Amino acid sequence: MHQNEMRLEFDSRSCNESFARVAVAAFLTQLNPTLEEVADVKTAVSEAVTNAIIHGYEGRVEKVTILCRLEDQELYVEVSDEGKGIADVALAMEPLYTTKEECDRAGMGFAFMEAFMDSLEVESEPGRGTCVKMRKRISREKRECSAVEEEGRLGTVAGYAAQSPVRPDEGFGSRQERS
Amino acid sequence: MNQIFTIAGTVMTIHLPAELDHHSSEQIRAEADRLIRTRNIRSLLFDFGGTSFMDSSGIGMIIGRYKMMRFMGGNVLAIRVGEQMRRLLTLSGIYKVIDIYEGLPQQSELY
Repeated sequence: MHQNEMRLEFDSRSCNESFARVAVAAFLTQLNPTLEEVADVKTAVSEAVTNAIIHGYEGRVEKVTILCRLEDQELYVEVSDEGKGIADVALAMEPLYTTKEECDRAGMGFAFMEAFMDSLEVESEPGRGTCVKMRKRISREKRECSAVEEEGRLGTVAGYAAQSPVRPDEGFGSRQERS
Repeated sequence: MNQIFTIAGTVMTIHLPAELDHHSSEQIRAEADRLIRTRNIRSLLFDFGGTSFMDSSGIGMIIGRYKMMRFMGGNVLAIRVGEQMRRLLTLSGIYKVIDIYEGLPQQSELY
């Protein structure tokens, strides 16, 4: 099985939200996703990271961690914080449910993650933090327009990754294993 | 840099940024509310012409402004909406309360 993994840790500042989703999208380009698949993953990652910043840490600046793994044609993403945690995960995942309506929250974060990814799992413990685990299969059969071909629309980081594709079997992942 | 807010008569257009997330929504929110409160705005247009990314924070920001405009008797439209943005507006159910245009609306749609 081809496997490649990366881990990202950053401050829970709202300006890092776009960095986080673009970084995951750039890592994903190795699987040659379509534009739509990239957009789906970016939205889902953005939702999870925003939740960690707004709800997990409630504005405090601490660390958000993303673990990203490519296994054959599947993307696995884990977004975790060590913040407040969620007392009732099932309730929090209900569409339109929000604890911060006054802040213009739509209550659609988990619903979007569920809609745009193939699977979603949420583990949380009050006072310990939350971990969101998502998976998405990236289609092997390509339609006429793939993300790599339209690299310009992905932003500079993804564009850079697209210019120098790293195959899962010869990337930095395998170098780490050797050392 | 381009102007984010343009006002023509009672119509205000918000030219949304390339990526509408929690960070950029927060920046738009305060100024939009100030303008809606202080100027006589009857129609609010969200211009998606330059927008390629949005998440639920953007949806929340739009719903918040929609509530405000409704309260004041105005209407809200989304204009120059592309395929990807239409998907999100549809999935969120926001299309039920806001008219969505691929291009620009007729003058008769505005107050």
